[in-house]
Amino acid sequence: MAATVKVMRRPDPGQTSYIRATLKGMALTFKHMVNPKKVTRQYPEEQPPLSERWRGTHRMEVHADGRPKCVACGLCPTVCPANCIRLVGGEDDQGNRYPIVYEIDEFRCIFCGMCQEVCPVEAIHVGVHFENAEYTRDRFVYDLDRLMEQDHPTTLLWDPSDPRSE
Amino acid sequence: MNDLSPTAFLVTSSIKVFLVFSVLLAVVALMTLMERRLAGFIQDRLGPNRVGPFGILQPAADGLKNILKEETMPATANRFFFVLAPALAIVPAVITFAVVPFAAPLETPWGTVGMIVADIPIGILFVLALGSLGVYGLFLAGWASNNKYAFLGGVRSASQLVSYEVALGLSIVPVLMLAGNLTLPQIVWEQQQLGFWYVFPLSLAFILFVISAFAETNRLPFDLPEAESELVTGYHTEYSGMKFSMFFIAEYSHILTASALMATLFLGGWSIPFWSGDHMIWYEGMLISGFTAAGEPVAANPAWWKTLLTFVSFALKTAFFVLVFMWVRWTLPRFRYDQVMHLGWKVMLPVALAYVMALAATILVLDQLGVEGFLFGAVLTAMSTLATVIFVFFIDSDRLISGSAVSGTDREVRSPVRTVDRPTLRPGSGVGAGR
Repeated sequence: MAATVKVMRRPDPGQTSYIRATLKGMALTFKHMVNPKKVTRQYPEEQPPLSERWRGTHRMEVHADGRPKCVACGLCPTVCPANCIRLVGGEDDQGNRYPIVYEIDEFRCIFCGMCQEVCPVEAIHVGVHFENAEYTRDRFVYDLDRLMEQDHPTTLLWDPSDPRSE
Repeated sequence: MNDLSPTAFLVTSSIKVFLVFSVLLAVVALMTLMERRLAGFIQDRLGPNRVGPFGILQPAADGLKNILKEETMPATANRFFFVLAPALAIVPAVITFAVVPFAAPLETPWGTVGMIVADIPIGILFVLALGSLGVYGLFLAGWASNNKYAFLGGVRSASQLVSYEVALGLSIVPVLMLAGNLTLPQIVWEQQQLGFWYVFPLSLAFILFVISAFAETNRLPFDLPEAESELVTGYHTEYSGMKFSMFFIAEYSHILTASALMATLFLGGWSIPFWSGDHMIWYEGMLISGFTAAGEPVAANPAWWKTLLTFVSFALKTAFFVLVFMWVRWTLPRFRYDQVMHLGWKVMLPVALAYVMALAATILVLDQLGVEGFLFGAVLTAMSTLATVIFVFFIDSDRLISGSAVSGTDREVRSPVRTVDRPTLRPGSGVGAGR
């Protein structure tokens, strides 16, 4: 694209004014002063709009009986580019695999959402959520119970056949 | 000036001093909040609204923060003057309010109490004298900090205040000519008697006073002593904690006093328009509301509700000017330094002088013709309006304050395209040659 240059004509001395310009400026500021429409968002009360595809804090889906859906297949720690997932799998009497340890370090996580994409049983998700403040650093390593407690909406995955979510 | 016994005078004066001082500081604190909220509104934001309802406790939070903050002391600063400067800035700013009458006299069981802390005969001169003392605080702060930005700010404040003090004094002269008295209650009374607020018969003096007051209080567009974009924060660059907020309290008390003075000198002070019930003045030891046709004084009848109403009137007028101060601040950019000096010495001073002369001549002619009352005010209003129109016409057509714009030819003259002769670099010569 060709660059466009806008030439600004400055008025010659003798054509400018101070008082009229000042009054015009004061009228403008007054209009803004009494205008009830403000751009400030009253944040904690008024939440910012987040995209459905926003990738934030993780959550683990659970079965109706309260067990995590995770089958400890090991795909998410494998695919994770930040290496922030620690998974130790186990097997119960019926031969069902389940996670004994499942931890996500939210500090190392880069929120790429690949764990959610790769999960064969749709257990681990990134979520539409961003308020993660804590008082200590170790609170940012989310264990399995913490991940299962999260109740924010999960992220809508990007669908290659419908790239604009229509 | 009053009918109180010495004991009652002492007691009422102490109460007034205490009340006025605390109300003044409380209002100053609220003004900082008002300034920040107005700034927010003008910029389509909300401003601080979290501490208390509508952010009303924000000044308390700010004050607490400033008290708890570390007080830094630059190693090379002059300790004595560095500590003295904030006090020197704040004391004159707060004291000046003492001579401003803020309501009609109040009737009490012990006598009638004037609603003014000190009804001294030199009134307006006291304001001018103490108002210009404030510059010592700013200048000492700049000098004692031993910092070039602070020093430049201090020097600027000194030269600016000296320059505009002249125009300020001359813009008050017309008021004194009409009122024939220096005390502010008397000036209010004369405005009530004339039936005109002085802003009409002395419109040009009012404009000059407002401009000078902006310069005197170091407010935009005259905030060169602070000049954030050039001098960090000017004279208070090195100050922190409570010493820093002392300068702010001083600045806002100056604004409040200047607004109160504008209201008193030009908008009839505490008087309520179109109502003669509040006409009161001390005359030979008694409070009168006027004279009979035979020249006999008529006793006034003060009442607590009159005091209250007149106080509201005074507060509204003052608040209006405070609003204008802040409104202008968030509208206009800062003047260049040469523009400030140009405006002060080459515009304000000659215009004020010429206006005083013209007004004196007009008053003399009217007195010789025996014109009085409404016609007197009307003629002066017409004359001053004409003077204002001429003043505004000349100021507005860029003959006196030039904008920052320069014409094409002018710009070429000021910054010609420069060609620089660079030594030709040959391989094998210069710094890296031997490698």
